[in-house]
Amino acid sequence: MMLLRFAVFRLLSMLLTLWVVSILVFIIINLPPGDFLSNQIAELRATGQAEGVAKAEFLRQEYALDRPLWEQYFIWVGMMPGPNGFSGLLQGDFGWSFEFDRPVGEIVGDALWLTVLVNLAAVLFVYAVALPLGILAAAKSETWVDYTAGFVGYLGLATPNFLLALMLFYYGNKYFDLPIGGLMGPQYEGEPMSWDKVKSILLHLIVPTFVIGTSGAAAMMQRLRANMLDELSKPYVETAKAKGMAPVRMLSKYPLRMAFNPFVADIGNLLPAMVSGSVLVSVVLGLQTIGPSLLTALKSQDQFLAAFVLMFVALLTLIGTMISDLLLVLLDPRIRYGDRG
Amino acid sequence: MASLLEVDALTIGFGNAPPVVKDVSFSVHAGETLALVGESGSGKTLTCRSVLRILPEAAQLRSGSVTFAGQDGTVDLLKAPERQMRAIRGDRISMIFQEPMRSLSPLHRLGNQVVEVLHLHRDIGKAEAKRRVLEQFEKVGFADAERAWSSYPFEMSGGMRQRAMIAMAMVAQPALLIADEPTTALDVTTQAQVLGLINALQKETGMAVILVTHDLGVVANMAQHVVVMNKGRVMEAGRAEDVLGRPAHGYTAKLFAAAPMIPTVATPARAVNHDDVILDLKNVTKSFTMRAGGWSKPKIITACRDVNLKVARGKTTAVVGESGSGKTTCARVALGAERPDAGGEVLFRPLANEPALPVHAMTSSQRTAFQRQAQMVFQDPYSSLSPRMRVMEALTEPMEIHGIGNRSDRKDKAAEMLRWVGLDPDMLRRYPHAFSGGQRQRLSIARALTLDPKLLICDEPTSALDVSVQDQILSLLEDIRDRAKLSYLFISHDLAVVARIADEVAVMRAGVIVEQAPPDTLFYNPQHPYTKALIAAQPEPDLTRPIDLDLVAKGAGSPTTWPEMFRFEGNTAPALRELAPGHMVRCHA
Repeated sequence: MMLLRFAVFRLLSMLLTLWVVSILVFIIINLPPGDFLSNQIAELRATGQAEGVAKAEFLRQEYALDRPLWEQYFIWVGMMPGPNGFSGLLQGDFGWSFEFDRPVGEIVGDALWLTVLVNLAAVLFVYAVALPLGILAAAKSETWVDYTAGFVGYLGLATPNFLLALMLFYYGNKYFDLPIGGLMGPQYEGEPMSWDKVKSILLHLIVPTFVIGTSGAAAMMQRLRANMLDELSKPYVETAKAKGMAPVRMLSKYPLRMAFNPFVADIGNLLPAMVSGSVLVSVVLGLQTIGPSLLTALKSQDQFLAAFVLMFVALLTLIGTMISDLLLVLLDPRIRYGDRG
Repeated sequence: MASLLEVDALTIGFGNAPPVVKDVSFSVHAGETLALVGESGSGKTLTCRSVLRILPEAAQLRSGSVTFAGQDGTVDLLKAPERQMRAIRGDRISMIFQEPMRSLSPLHRLGNQVVEVLHLHRDIGKAEAKRRVLEQFEKVGFADAERAWSSYPFEMSGGMRQRAMIAMAMVAQPALLIADEPTTALDVTTQAQVLGLINALQKETGMAVILVTHDLGVVANMAQHVVVMNKGRVMEAGRAEDVLGRPAHGYTAKLFAAAPMIPTVATPARAVNHDDVILDLKNVTKSFTMRAGGWSKPKIITACRDVNLKVARGKTTAVVGESGSGKTTCARVALGAERPDAGGEVLFRPLANEPALPVHAMTSSQRTAFQRQAQMVFQDPYSSLSPRMRVMEALTEPMEIHGIGNRSDRKDKAAEMLRWVGLDPDMLRRYPHAFSGGQRQRLSIARALTLDPKLLICDEPTSALDVSVQDQILSLLEDIRDRAKLSYLFISHDLAVVARIADEVAVMRAGVIVEQAPPDTLFYNPQHPYTKALIAAQPEPDLTRPIDLDLVAKGAGSPTTWPEMFRFEGNTAPALRELAPGHMVRCHA
């Protein structure tokens, strides 16, 4: 009951945050002088292509870029009717990408889900690697296990991602016959989902997951190790030992539960860090995620596309924090019953 | 009778350093209590932990043996394989620790943590295990065992948590219970009840107890045999009546001399003269608003209510009470750190014939002067001195802030203050970590004195110290009070400490003063059940004066359980009534 109330409360505050984010995103994108179309018009005029100018002028009016900024904002969000049926985000119309000359929704469509997929896989990888290694390193602290785990971890942190990606592609292809680049075999692109397509996607996911996940896993492993070491010196660990518990069970029941809190709280930060961190990797690996489109959009002031991608990343962050907050409430009775008295 | 546990020539050390426990031998018989007594650093904790082999990783068991007569023959606990040790821990030998706050996992329900012992050591079903745990909960004094089962530790008071720890240690009915300072972190009345509980459980089950403590009073109440340790060696060992009655070793005698005691006095004291009052708390009430999360209503908590206290010039007024009684809030209000609720005020009279100044409505120059004239000495000398400042800097900083003197003046003053507190001025260049607990407390007293204050507020200045050091610090405080004509507001939870230093005592409970009198009057003729409980609960190092648990039980509960004359609930406390000159008790007419 209390959890439900908390969830509703968090959801409301999340929506509020999202709204504030939309204002910020819009302002920041409009900070540089001019916009995609005015740049294009200037260029077309310079090269004397009159019919192009007409089209650009038409788009300017279509998407209300000739109106004052605040009106543009409300039209974009969808709180104000735009000209000629442009209805805005709230109605599910994400606008037009001038760079690609297609609706934003169409461009990002598939990429959206692939982004979520790649990053979710990376997050799972981070947890799957960091959890056992971190615990092991703490339980066997200052032995060769700890030092090896630490060394591998720092190596993972220090190696540039794109370098790691190139190396893995080369050796993965040479020894394990892993595919190079892309997120699926070219024959499946644009095809409906099928068993073979899923297999191809999974196979293509291996290297990107590893590349995007390593540094996160290394950092998280070190944090978990430090947390565990703190917890291991607490008196309740001694109590558990004095009960006659075997080490593995004792570790997983008591100190790990305590060290887990910061671990869970990280989920929120992990998602956006990976999305923005994986832009470069996506470009290098040729992944059809949202990252490369964001890069192009920002470079060419393609405002609707850029704004949409930024909003999407913000939404991921907010959902991530909300998940971690709810998990914390579930995991830690001190948060749940703090005022039961 | 063969002994249950035989520790023989035990030696423990760290690294290449000389051993910290050397040649310690003693034995424990079934059904009896052995007390390991010593000050911090005496090696008593390491000794008792080596029995269960739960020592810090760096500790080396260098020689000796610990023989335990288990059900199936004797075992050398120092050499037994880990698997066998696990079977013994919690089952045959169990342990309770000092800090009940931190010795239980905050994330697991009490029932879960306690029943785990049975699941580890007994091959019984879930329902049967739960039944036994509930039974044990009832035995250790939980009124509602089922509720305790599903509670989390943070929902309970310190005393209740220690009861849960005891239940955990007792549920498998061990042959030997090791209690490492089980009551040190508890209030004195709670301590009395927990000690009584351990005694009762021991009578019932016939287990042996090793009690590790620094408090001779606790020893006198619990133990049949005593081992006195100092610096890792056994100083004296023997039957309790011998060691306590006729201490043979100089160190034991020294411990006795230092142990604070509540005197038994023959006559009431004269009332303190309140003509010249340096600090005057009038009708001070302080409430805090607790903002609860989400949409819940904010809660108002009254930390102290209707407090009237006077500190006479050159005298010591003490406030005694357990944790949560509101004594520290009073001190903070007196210093101006908190503003009292409307209607209350604090007056400070720096010089005898000058007008009194209201502490909470001063001009900024008055306030600066007040901050110089009223200083504070804190409880924990380990955390109240910055580890990154040399003694010199720590001692001259207050003068720098107030712009007093030049560099060399300040240095001379700091050196002089060090001499006052019995330290060598050569120590000015050292860092605090080079000092012992007692020396650090001397340093913080010296720091408070550098501004030539008129009033010193001491918040439990001796509670973090060993008894022998506590004694020295109290002497020092008395000495300085007379030498510098200081007045003290002395906050403490310990009646025995207060008995020694105070000219007037206010006993606080649940935010109100329940009884107020000069100490001799208080001990000659205590009126309030809570005061009586406090006095009765104080463990005395004297076998002929055991703790009277009935008296403790009568006064230590919540105000709603007091005898009718004193009973109150929430905000409806009766007024303080003056029974005799200078002796006030909060009771109904």
